[in-house]
Order: sequence, then C-alpha cells, then structure tokens
Amino acid sequence: MSGAQTFLNRLEERVSERQAASLPEPTWIVARRQAAAARFEALGFPTRRDEAWKYTDVRRIGEGDFALARDAAFSKAAAAALTLPIEAIRLTFVDGLFSAELSDLSALPSGASVEPLSQALADNHEAVGGALGRLTGVEFSPFSALNTAFTEEGAVIRLAPGTVVELPIVLQFLSRANDAAVMSHPRVLVQAGARSQATVVEHYVGEADAANFTNVVGEILLERGAILNHYKLQEAPLGDFHIASLHVDQGRDSRFTSFNINLGGALVRNDLVSDLNAQGAEASYLGLFFAQGRQHVDNHTLVNHNAPTTFSNENYKGILGDRARGVFNGKVIVKRDSQKIEAYQSNANLLLSDRAEIDAKPELEIYADDVKCSHGTTTGQLDEKAVFALRTRGINEQTARGLLTLAFAGEVMEQVTVDAIAERVERTVAGKLPERFNLTELVDASLNEVHDTGLGEE
Amino acid sequence: MLEVKDLHVTVEGKEILKGLSLTVNPGEVHAIMGPNGAGKSTLSAVIAGNEGYEVTSGSITFEGQDVLEMEIEERAQAGLLLGFQYPVEIPGVKNVYLLKAALNAQRAARGEGEMPAPEFMKLVREKLAYMKMDPSFLQRAVNEGFSGGEKKRNEILQMLVLQPKLAMLDEIDSGLDIDAMKVVAEGVNSLRDSERAILMVTHYQRLLDYIEPDYVHVLVDGRIVKSGDKTLALELESRGYEWVTEESAA
Amino acid sequence: MATEEMEQLVRREYTQGFVTDIESETVPPGLDESVIAFISQKKGEPEWMLEWRLDAYQQWLKMKAPSWAHLNYPPIDYQAISYFSAPKSKDDAPKSLDEVDPKLLETYEKLGIPLHERAALAGVAVDAVFDSVSVTTTFKEKLGEAGVIFCSISEAIRDYPELIKQYLGTVVPKADNYFAALNSAVFTDGSFVYVPEGVTCPMELSTYFRINAANTGQFERTLIICEKQAQVSYLEGCTAPMRDENQLHAAVVELVALEDAYIKYSTVQNWYPGDEEGRGGIYNFVTKRADCRGDRSKVSWTQVETGSAITWKYPSCVLRGKDSVGEFYSVAVTNGRQQADTGTKMIHIGEGTKSTIVSKGIAAGNSEQAYRGLVKIGPRAKGARNFTQCDSLLIGDRCGAHTFPYQEIGNSSATVEHEATTSKIGEDQLFYCRQRGISEEDAVNMIVNGFCKDVFQELPMEFAVEAEALLNVTLEGAVG
Repeated sequence: MSGAQTFLNRLEERVSERQAASLPEPTWIVARRQAAAARFEALGFPTRRDEAWKYTDVRRIGEGDFALARDAAFSKAAAAALTLPIEAIRLTFVDGLFSAELSDLSALPSGASVEPLSQALADNHEAVGGALGRLTGVEFSPFSALNTAFTEEGAVIRLAPGTVVELPIVLQFLSRANDAAVMSHPRVLVQAGARSQATVVEHYVGEADAANFTNVVGEILLERGAILNHYKLQEAPLGDFHIASLHVDQGRDSRFTSFNINLGGALVRNDLVSDLNAQGAEASYLGLFFAQGRQHVDNHTLVNHNAPTTFSNENYKGILGDRARGVFNGKVIVKRDSQKIEAYQSNANLLLSDRAEIDAKPELEIYADDVKCSHGTTTGQLDEKAVFALRTRGINEQTARGLLTLAFAGEVMEQVTVDAIAERVERTVAGKLPERFNLTELVDASLNEVHDTGLGEE
Repeated sequence: MLEVKDLHVTVEGKEILKGLSLTVNPGEVHAIMGPNGAGKSTLSAVIAGNEGYEVTSGSITFEGQDVLEMEIEERAQAGLLLGFQYPVEIPGVKNVYLLKAALNAQRAARGEGEMPAPEFMKLVREKLAYMKMDPSFLQRAVNEGFSGGEKKRNEILQMLVLQPKLAMLDEIDSGLDIDAMKVVAEGVNSLRDSERAILMVTHYQRLLDYIEPDYVHVLVDGRIVKSGDKTLALELESRGYEWVTEESAA
Repeated sequence: MATEEMEQLVRREYTQGFVTDIESETVPPGLDESVIAFISQKKGEPEWMLEWRLDAYQQWLKMKAPSWAHLNYPPIDYQAISYFSAPKSKDDAPKSLDEVDPKLLETYEKLGIPLHERAALAGVAVDAVFDSVSVTTTFKEKLGEAGVIFCSISEAIRDYPELIKQYLGTVVPKADNYFAALNSAVFTDGSFVYVPEGVTCPMELSTYFRINAANTGQFERTLIICEKQAQVSYLEGCTAPMRDENQLHAAVVELVALEDAYIKYSTVQNWYPGDEEGRGGIYNFVTKRADCRGDRSKVSWTQVETGSAITWKYPSCVLRGKDSVGEFYSVAVTNGRQQADTGTKMIHIGEGTKSTIVSKGIAAGNSEQAYRGLVKIGPRAKGARNFTQCDSLLIGDRCGAHTFPYQEIGNSSATVEHEATTSKIGEDQLFYCRQRGISEEDAVNMIVNGFCKDVFQELPMEFAVEAEALLNVTLEGAVG
C-alpha cells in the first residue's frame, strides 16, 4: 500500500464515520473534499525532485500512519504550563479538536468574532464558504490538497470594518503524547475589514513525547487599511511533524507583519505567501528558526508584488546546531507594470556545528524596471571581534559566544511587541544553546529581575 | 543672451512659477534670491530641461533659440550649464570619462573635432590645480562617496573644463565651509568675462561677498518682485524677505 | 571615454592563425551510431575514442532535456541536425557583402572589424585564408620552446592519446547533463592545451587563431590542463557577431588545475541573437567546468555574454585542492527577445577554499535574464569563504531580470555572503549626464559600462576594450 493511500483510507473511514453518526455537512464541503482527495491521490506526496521540496524530504510523513484524534481531553494544569502567560482571547485545539474548556473568549470586543470553524459552519456555512479556500486551493501543494480533503476544524476570525482588537487573539494548538500518532488538518481563516487592527498568535506546543502530524492551512484577507500582526510561535514537541502554509491577500494600504518563529518539531515546513494586490500594501516578514539534534526546518516565503507602489521587507535568521538542517527560500516576484516597488530581503544564518547544514535560496523575479529590490544572505560564524571585546570585559569565551548568538536572534526578536512571546523565545533560545554557553541562568536571572523590579510592566 | 518671458511652471499639478520674466546679457552676473519654496531652483531646473517640470505658458530663448524646444543635451551643448544643488552619484563612471565625453559632445555640436588626449589631460590638470583638487580624483567614480564640498568643487571643475556661455549655479554655496566656498567662488569668478554670463540661485547673501553680482532679483511666490544691484542683497540680509513681500503686495 | 585608444584597439588586425582542414563530406541530418562512427573515422580516431563516444551516446538516449531553466523555446529536433558538416555549401552563402544583412555590416563597422574579416564573419563565400604561415610558425615555435601544447582536440586525440585518456571527461563526465552527453558523442572540434609543470605560457592563447574554423564550432570540446605551478590565460570567442547556420551549439569545456596552477579563461560570446522578432539566433547550451585538483590552484572564469537567442551556461569550479580559489566574473547583456539563464557553481570541497562571484546582468527590450548560481560548502571545507555580488540593471519595462542563487552550506566555519540588487538607470543620473551635453544613448552606455566595471577589469586588456564597444552596440536602441 502506498503512503498516500494510507491517508486516503483514513479519510474514507472518517467520512463513513460522519455518515454513520449522521453529522450533517454542507454540500460544498463534500464536493471540495472529494475534489481535493482526487487531487491528492493524483499528486501523492512531494519528492525531492520537486523544486519546491528540493531540500526537504517528507517520506517520514508519507510513510507514516496517523489516526484522527477522538477527543480533546487535556489536563488543565498541563495546558496552563504550556499556555502563553498573557491575557488574551484564546481558542485551544487539542490534536486538532476544539476544546471549549481550554478556550476563553470573554474579552472579545464587539465588531470581532472569533470561533472554531465547526461552530462557524454550523451557524452560517455560506458565510464561511465564500472566503474559505479563496486564497489557496488544492493546487498549492499536495499538503494543501490533503488539508482540504480533511477540513473539519480550525479557527475563523472576522473583524468588522474599523474594529480594533487590543488583546492578542491566540490560537493554541496542543499536541498530545498519544499511544498512536495522530494527525490534524486545521484551517485558519482571518477576514480583517477595512481599517481594522488585530494581533493574531498561532501557538503550537505540546507534550514532550508527542509525535503527531499537524498540517495547517491559513488564509488572511486584509481589506483597505487593515493592519494585522501575525505571530507564529512553533514550539511543537521534538517528535512532531509540522507542515503549514499561510496565504495573505492584501488590499490597498494594508499592512501585514509576520513573525515566524520556529523552535520545535522534528520536520517543519512553512510556506508564507503574500499577494500585494493594491497600492500602498506593505508586508514585513520576520523570521527566526533554531534547530538542533536532527531537526529539519524549512521556510519558504513568497511575496507577489501585483500592484504598483507596494513594499515588502523580509529578515530571517537561522541558528543550526548538531546535525540540524535549515532551509530558507525567499522569493520576490514583481509583476509587469508593477512600478515603484521596494522589496528588501535579508537572511543570515549561524552554524554552530560542522554537521549542521543550511540551504538558502533567495530569489528575485522582476518584470518591471522602476524598482528597488535587493537581497542578501550571509552564513558564517560569530564576529570574532565582538567575542574578543566581550572577553576583554572579563566574560569567558563560551558565555561570550552564547550572548552573541542570543544577540543574533535578538535582531529579529526585538521587533516583537508581545512581551510574553519575546521572553519565551529568549528563554527557549538560551536553553537550547549548548550547555557550555552556560546562558540559561544568566537569562533567567535577568528576565526575572525585569519582573521583580517591574521594569517589564507598561 | 537669455530671455525668460512670463514663465508659468507647474510640478505635479501645482503652479510654482507664476509669470516670471528675466533678461540676462553677456558679461552679466545675476543673483536670484528668495525665501524657501519661492521657486528659485525651479527656474534653473526648467532652463536646464528637467523633465519633472511642466511649462504651461511663457517662453525661454537663448541666443535667439527656443530653449523649450531643445533636448536636454542640446541645451548643454549650446552653452547652458547647470551646477546642481545635489549632484547625483554615478557609480562606476569615472570623472575623467564624464569630462571627456561631455567636452567632446559639445565640441562635436560646434562642428569641432575631438580634443586630442594630451591636450585634454593638460587642460583638466590645469583646472584641477585651480580648484585645489587631487589628480587622483579623476579616476574616482562621479560624485561617488564625495563629501558635500567635493561634489560642489566637482560641479565648478566641470564648468571650468566645459566653459559654458551661461553658467547656472543652484545653491552652489549650500553645505560649504568658508574655505571651500572661497575656492568655489574663485572658480566661478574665473569664468567671468564679457562673453559669458552667470545666473546664481542662493538663499544667503554670504556667497555674494565672494561672487559679486551685477543684479539681484528677489523671487517670491513664483514671481520676481524686486530687482536691484548688490546693495539689495545686503538689505535682504539685514531685513529679511518680509518687507519685499509686503511692498510688492501693496 | 578614451575613444581614440579604444578605436585603435578595436581596429587592430586580428592575429591570425592556423587553418583547419576543409572536409568535403557531410552526413545527412540525424543521429545514430553510424553517424558517430563516421565522425570518429573522419577524425582518424583510435578505437577507444569511438567506444567512448558510443557510450556517451547510449547514456544520452536515456536522458531528458532539462526544463528547469527560466527559458522558453520550442523543442529541438535532434534528428534534424547534421552532426558532421563540412563548411556549408558555397551555393547558399551570400556571394558578396552586398547580399549580407546591412544591420550586421553596420555592427561590424561600429566594432571596427577590418573589411576583409567582415566578409568571412558574415559567411561570404570567399576563399578567405587569413592564415599567414609565418605567424602560425612563429607562435607555434614560441609555444614549443616552452613545452606548451596548443592544438585542436582532434589532433590531440591522435598525437597525445595518453593525456586525453587521462583527462577527457574527468571534469565533465560523459553523462553529466543532457547537452554534455550529446557533445561527448558528437563533438567535432575544439582546443587542447597542456602546460607542463612550472611553465607560464608565454602568450595568451586565443581562439582568434582559428577564426576561419568558426563554422565548425557547433559541438566544441575544449580541454585545458595546467600542471603544477603552471599558468595560462585562454581567450575564447569573438566580439563580432558571426553568422552561423547552426542553431544549436552545445560546447563542453574542461579545465584541470594541479597544485599551484592558475588558469584564466575569458570568453566574449556574441553569437547571432536572432532578428528583432526573435527569429533565428543561436541556442547556446554550454557546460564549462574547472577542477581545481591541486592545493592552492586557481581558476578564474570571466565572461561577457551579449549574443545568442538563448544562453544556458554555468561555468563552474570544483574546489577540491586545499586553499584552491575559484572566481567568476560575468557580464550578460540581453536585448530584443534574447533569453539568458546563466551563472556559476562553486563547489567547495577542500579546506580553506575561496570563491568570488561577480555577476552583472543588463536586460533591455523584451529580453529575459536569469542568474542561477550554486555555492556548496561541503562538510570538509573548513574555513571556506564565498562572496557573491549579483546586480541587475533593467532598461525599459518589458524585460525581466531574475536571481536564483542556491546556497548549500554544511560547515560551520564557512563564511558565505550573497548580495544582490535590481535597479534601473536613475532618471537623475541620465539628467545629470545630459545636462553636461552627453546624449541619452551615450549616457546610458557610460552608466552601463560603469555598472560592469568590476568585471571588465578582470578581462585581458584587448578584450576589455572590445567588450565596452560591444555593450554599446548591443544596447543600441534600448532607450528612448
């Protein structure tokens, strides 16, 4: 039995289950499910012969057998330890299933709606059907097709024009250490009306021994003047497979900022795509990935400058230790007649070990002449002059290297405006750094000091 | 020599010059002064042919030729040369190339042959020395990495090599310390003779201590509201521009 | 610009070279083993060479033409090509310069090509033999004294079989890629250079020497071997656009540098780019690779590419020796409907290896251009360094410029830097130059030449001057 067939069988089981339980489904979902399954069957899992998957081998996923979770049980105490300690509007999913118990929508302001996909479908499936799948279909990748075939749950966020949501909206995806590995195919849909403003956090985290497969597809539609900060904090268990694509459609003068932080997972692939469709639209991509052991993290980004006077700026940093492998593929496309474009891209990587590898491919595809585009990538080691300077201040060499590694990540992290995320990442990075750097205590102590003295409070 | 009549100019739909007239004869030095935003730089840019400006009415003639009908390079070849306020950097193109290409283009326009290399180098070295510039400067790319003062000296050096009939200097004194200004002024003064004219645009009277103008014009809100001799500049220095504005409004 | 010197240099007489034998036979279009046997026999090759070719052919049959490049062209019918043709029949050729495309002649004029050479370049059927025996003899003697072997690859196969057996196909294996496999099966011409230990080749070796052999250069094969501490500078190509009936060119160039050897390989490529509608024009699919086998060896590729309808070319360096150095300097100019997908590969294997890539692309008209490069740092390449600078200049809004750099870095002590920019010629720069009386076209040329300066300064002097003139001609009509 081929790998793809295993997944199709699982789908068939699930469909019969739903039928047996007489769970109603809108006909458009059924039709899309069938089309997507057919597409996935035709494509199969990508191989390294596909240019988009040249450096990422997904056989470990394709050859696996993942069940679908049956319930969303998760101890409250265990969840609390994983949850970001911030006041937020929060939806929690456990292995892809919605957990009302671990969710909190009490702070939701008027004009904003945040609900699980199942709920949104039950309320008014037609309102969801129009937007869901508008930005990405089954063609994007076999994983998108697979996700579409399995679509059942996820998050739907809708902001009425002019709505400003002060608190972050956190979508928390928990992965359990199950007896048998499970998979989930969540959808995230954000519709931000004109001049609305919000911060959305996708947080992937779970029990240390988990080994599940998450395959998420997100779509974000920004209307005129909408401002959205999107955080992805991926701290999945080290046994998890994580495949994600996020598609953003930007209207006039809209601003989208993505913080794509990847610290966890055994095999991780992120695709981030923005279409800048009207003048004044601006996309900023900030990314940090830190992999060690045998982790594999692949980040693909694509900015389509489809309209004149649009701007993009990208800065990704990667740190790789042990036998980890990182991939960065950033692409900027400037369409014909999209004049007055400014696009900047930068990618810097740090290799901490001789057995780590980074494959970087920054691409520019430009069909208009009145553009300012540049990209740069560097891979190297720490600045020896800086190491020396710290040592002259009495800091031992290992700690100096640790601090500089932290500072390397800091260039991206200092732009993070949600303190809890910045802090979490700083602690995690410090903790992930080789023990010889001896940073954990230093970072913990200084972060605690900030709290004790109240310096961190607004 | 230069005749500007009732010139109206708009930039991106906004009228900047609103009926400006000016006559410059050979041998004369004119200074155009005025407050910020009056349209001083617009005038020289339009004469030079900057395509960002739209002439809606009026005329500019130079030695009887209709300037507005001429291409940018034709104007330069005819002897109208602009010293830029912000000279642009051209990476990779050496100064010596620019000078030679420009000089030969102008000679060709006059029906003269190219200047032989030794003669050209002699001329350039002489002018360099005059501007107190190092010969190594010729091998550097045009304005690339130049300080503000170096850029301005470079503008005057080009004038000295190209010997324009009408030299237009747009805020040539901005950003110069007093020593650099003296060198620049000396360069400009060396261009003065009975066949040539100079049109300076400046915000400050200071420059006029070094390059004495025959005429001073005050440009306010797109029009020349007052003309006089160099004493007018001194008056502007002590009294500011407001009184001229008020006087002309009255 | 120092116009006089330039003209002087451009107008200088080409140094003339040897004449290849004129073969009188031609095989009909099509490719099979008998055609390969025919080629091998015509070249008087030994049996082992034929077997080598046949093996390549068998592998080629199993391969598919690559489709990953950013290029668009109709499929090539490999059975419609004649793989062994004597210089084309004089009946089809223009009888005199009056019959030649006047545009081509205008270009020759601008490049300052001597009159008698124009006819030959344009393919006029004259008995043009530029070769003067004395010149040939002089340089052959000079090279002979130094112990340098410089001859056609066919001669080398006959006269130096041991060297050929030892090195041919060791840098670019027979089945390296589709076009290399095809070349390995059917190559008919090319150069062979061998520089013995400790010898610095006393002169720049140039394919100018064989200007009248241009017609047979469809599947060229070049092999250059530099022994320990030896040095050579090799110049390939010609600034004049050559009229050529062969639409497909698939050359293979192999360079081998042993300990402390230095090979400088410079190319000016100006094959016919096709007419304004993109008809005709050469498809140039080239495999060029250098193997820096020895410690501290160095190979430098410099290229100026202005011709061909389609260019597919990635001169590469395999940096095997400790502290070996690879360099790639490239200017590619496309106009009209030209397409170029070009770049380089730097494979760092040895410790302390260094590479530099400077690529300048200029796209005008409706042309499309892509830089595609690979920098690979292997796990043993401790302290390896790469610096890549990759700039594109766009002229007009119907062209495209693309950058696809691949970096695969597997050593923590490596330093790899890549910078790329895409921009247009600034309006303010043009205004500034025109305000000095320089015409728009001249201003563009000046700015473009300035943009390419970093590469031109790597070219041998005579090439550098020609390259500037060539750029100006290629970009004619690109502005305004």
